[in-house]
This record gives sequence, C-alpha cells and structure tokens, in this order.
Amino acid sequence: MKKKTIDVVYMDYQATTPCDKRVLEDMTPYFCEDFGNPHSINHVMGLRAKEAVEKARKQVADLINADDPREILFTSGATESNNLAIQGAARFYREKGNKIITSVMEHKCVLEACRALEREGFEIVAIPVLRNGIIDLQSLEKAVDERTILVSVMSVNNEIGTIQPIDEISEICRSRGALFHTDAAQAVGKIKVDASRVDLMSISGHKIYGPKGVGALYVRLKPRVRLKPLFFGGGQERGVRSGTLATPLCVGLGKACEIARFEMETERIRLTELKNYFLKKIFDSLDKVYLNGDENRRIPGCINLSFDGIEGEGIMLGMPDICVSSGSACTSDSLEPSYVLREISIREDLAHSSLRIGLGRFTTFEEVDYASSRIVDVVNRLRAMSPIW
Amino acid sequence: MEYSKEVMDRYNDPKNVGSLDESDRNVGTSVVGAPSCGDVIKLQIKVDENGKISEAKFKTFGCGAAIASSALITEWVHGKSLEEAKTIKNKEVAQYLSLSPVKAHCSVLAEEAVDKAIENYLIKNQSEK
Repeated sequence: MKKKTIDVVYMDYQATTPCDKRVLEDMTPYFCEDFGNPHSINHVMGLRAKEAVEKARKQVADLINADDPREILFTSGATESNNLAIQGAARFYREKGNKIITSVMEHKCVLEACRALEREGFEIVAIPVLRNGIIDLQSLEKAVDERTILVSVMSVNNEIGTIQPIDEISEICRSRGALFHTDAAQAVGKIKVDASRVDLMSISGHKIYGPKGVGALYVRLKPRVRLKPLFFGGGQERGVRSGTLATPLCVGLGKACEIARFEMETERIRLTELKNYFLKKIFDSLDKVYLNGDENRRIPGCINLSFDGIEGEGIMLGMPDICVSSGSACTSDSLEPSYVLREISIREDLAHSSLRIGLGRFTTFEEVDYASSRIVDVVNRLRAMSPIW
Repeated sequence: MEYSKEVMDRYNDPKNVGSLDESDRNVGTSVVGAPSCGDVIKLQIKVDENGKISEAKFKTFGCGAAIASSALITEWVHGKSLEEAKTIKNKEVAQYLSLSPVKAHCSVLAEEAVDKAIENYLIKNQSEK
C-alpha cells in the first residue's frame, strides 16, 4: 500500500480548530434559504430562524449541564463573553464592593478586561499559579472576601492544558458570596464542565470545531446573575447583548456542542493514546525535554514541552510545515516570554524553549509520527549549534 | 514571524558554526546575551600574523534572527583587520537581513559579540607581552 505523503501537519488545536463538516452542513441553509431575522417573530421566516437559534441554545445548555437554555447568551466569541461577564458583573454590582479576583495565567482578554476595570477604580487581585500550572488555592482563599464581586478563573489553561480545580474554587466563592466566572473556552467539549458550579461561563465556537465569530456566555438564572451590557441596541439576549443574532453561527455552535457531547469520551481516549505515543517518541529520542504543567491534571490534546538548550521560535522556523506554537518571547510582539511558563519553569530560559503541540479531532497517528520525527531532527540540529547545550 | 530569504538561508545552512580553541592566544572569545532573555551568542575570532581575522566561528541559542545575525557577522568579519571589523554596525546587519524593528536587538547582540571577541583578543595579547 502506498503511503500518502504528508505536506502540512496541523497541531495547533488550542489556537483554533477546523470547522467540522457536520457543523457546516447544518449551518448552510441559514445563509441563503432560511435567512430570516430570528427576532422577526411575526412571520414564518423569522420564526424558522428563531427556532434554529433556540435549538442551538438548548444544544449549548445540554453540553454544559445548564438548567435552562435561557441561561445561554450568544456572543461573538470568548473574548466578548469574558469581557461581558467581567465588566458586566463588576459594573452591575459596584455597590457590593470593588474587588475582582482573577489568576495570572488567564487569557489576555480576561486580564485586559480587569485592567480596564482597574482604571475605573476597581481593585484587581491576580492569584499566582503553582509549579504544576494549577492555581494556588490557598492564596485564592485568602484573597476572596465579602467585598469581592467576582472571581474569574479559567477551567483549562490555554498554554499548558492544566485543568483547574473548579469545584474547590466554586466552594470558596459560594462561602463568601462572590460570583464565579470561568473562561471555559479550552475546556468545553474536552472535559465535562458543569454550569451548576459557576455563575458565568464563557464558551468559544472555533475551539470546538464550530465556526469562528461566535461564542456564548452562560449567565445563571437561579439565583439570577445580572450584568451591565457592553453596548446598546434592540435589547436582544435578555437585554444584555444587543444585536441581531447570526443564525448560521449560532446553529454551528449548537451543532458543535452536540457533537462534542456525544463524542467527548471516545475522543478523549483516542487523544490520550496519541499523546502517549507522541511523548514516548520524543522522550525516547531526546534528553532534557520537560513536560510543562501537571502530568495528570491536564487535557490530553495540549502538550507543552520545553527543549533545553534551544529556543522555541528557532524550532518552529525549522519545520514550517508543522503548525505548532511557542511561549518563546520571539513569537510574541512584546518580546516577553509566556508568563505562565516563566512562573512554572524550573529555569527561566526554559520558557523560551517551549513548544505547544495541540492534538485534536482530525489528528492521525501518521501525523503524530511524522511530526515527532521532524521535531527530533530540528532539535538535534539546533542543539548542535547552541552555546548552552 | 516572516523572515527574508537572507535570514532563511543562514538559518537553514549557516556557515561558520562551531568553536575555536579558546586557549589559543590568537583566538578571541565572547559570550553575550543571557539564556533567561532568550538569546546567547558565543563568537570566536582567530587573528593571523598580519592582524587580519582568518577565521570566525559562532554558536547561538536564539530565534531565527539571532542565528542569522551571528552567522552573517562571522561571514563579514572574515579577512578584515580588527579595526575594520569594529566598524561593522548592527544597523547594517539588520538592514541586510531585513529584520523587523522587534528583532533589531538580535543584530545589536551580534555587533556586541564581535566587539567583545576583539576586546578579549586584545587583552589576552597585551597581558602576554
């Protein structure tokens, strides 16, 4: 049998995922045929669109174990969801206190939303992470007080894939009466997430094989969580997120959630096998490679490795057909290495030496095999020219 | 990061990778940068009896721009007198490689590596006289 030659291997599933063809298929009719405005509920075209949007809302709610589909608000993506949750809650509950707690490992959109609030006079506390890439619960416990409006901690870290202790954080928040928001963009569809543990949860479409440009925010109804909108208009989405809903995108997000719900477990098992195979190949061929983040409390599809003696961007340059990412300073515009990696690395330089290898639904054994060989070759070549190896 | 052909050529097939005997009195050695900053260049020059650089070697820990900058500067110093080598400016390196402003520090580091290697050679030969 002739082997298919591989020209490009996509291993950057934390950055984005391809749209599942089943998702696209469900979306298609809502562009040109059933194009009605889902808010025009007095005619059949509008009603058809509304029905599709409501079905999608239910599909999203089912995946995250939300009690009521009305708790799901559609947004343009996780960045908007995070901004709406954090700024919306902070501004609505301003009389309650002025403290917002987050963690140092959050996505930029969370940290920047907090920074914007800081300029408005809110007090922002960023909780550190431990060496294993898990939030320091003791510091969190000390920080949350009765003046705390909101705690925002991600469910799964986007760089190293560590799963955060959502149940424990939830208990801390509830015992102090603080709202709990989680950015679950990297967790939904990969691990079981439970809306009953949180008050607000952000979801992204394109991280779970849905389309780009759509996301959702879970907003608890009982007891009701209130938010100040970020912008104003027709008062759609419970008055919190104005603007005509993008029916095809909502349908796509819903379908992506439905697929994830049914295939999550088999996918998790398959990705664990692929991950183990990949790591064995790397560790068998190379010395001094370190897995970043807790060995067990992680999702299988996100592998973050530091290759001692060489620099991450340098590795990527040697294999442009292998699509991965790096926490190295040289891949960021700011020339700052990944903060998370700097925090958890055993040596400061190892943050520069990292690669994030993302496996997902369409990754094959052949691809993992090929990519690991390419990585080994480039690492060996660069180590031979490194003054610190 | 998008790089010019000049950078890619030197990244893919760098000339002058390696090291020279550090104890040789005709060899000047420098190590600049820091692992924690993500760039380290080790650069060595060998000076012949006419005071010209007859050999230049480097080893670099860093991104594509750092590797290319150090490779290029070892090509350029070859055959030059120490005075001539000292006149190579980082701007010329950055320009030749079409480095973006965010990568300019790589060329600065390469210039520093040459200057320090020359300095090392001069100190070595002064004290042994």
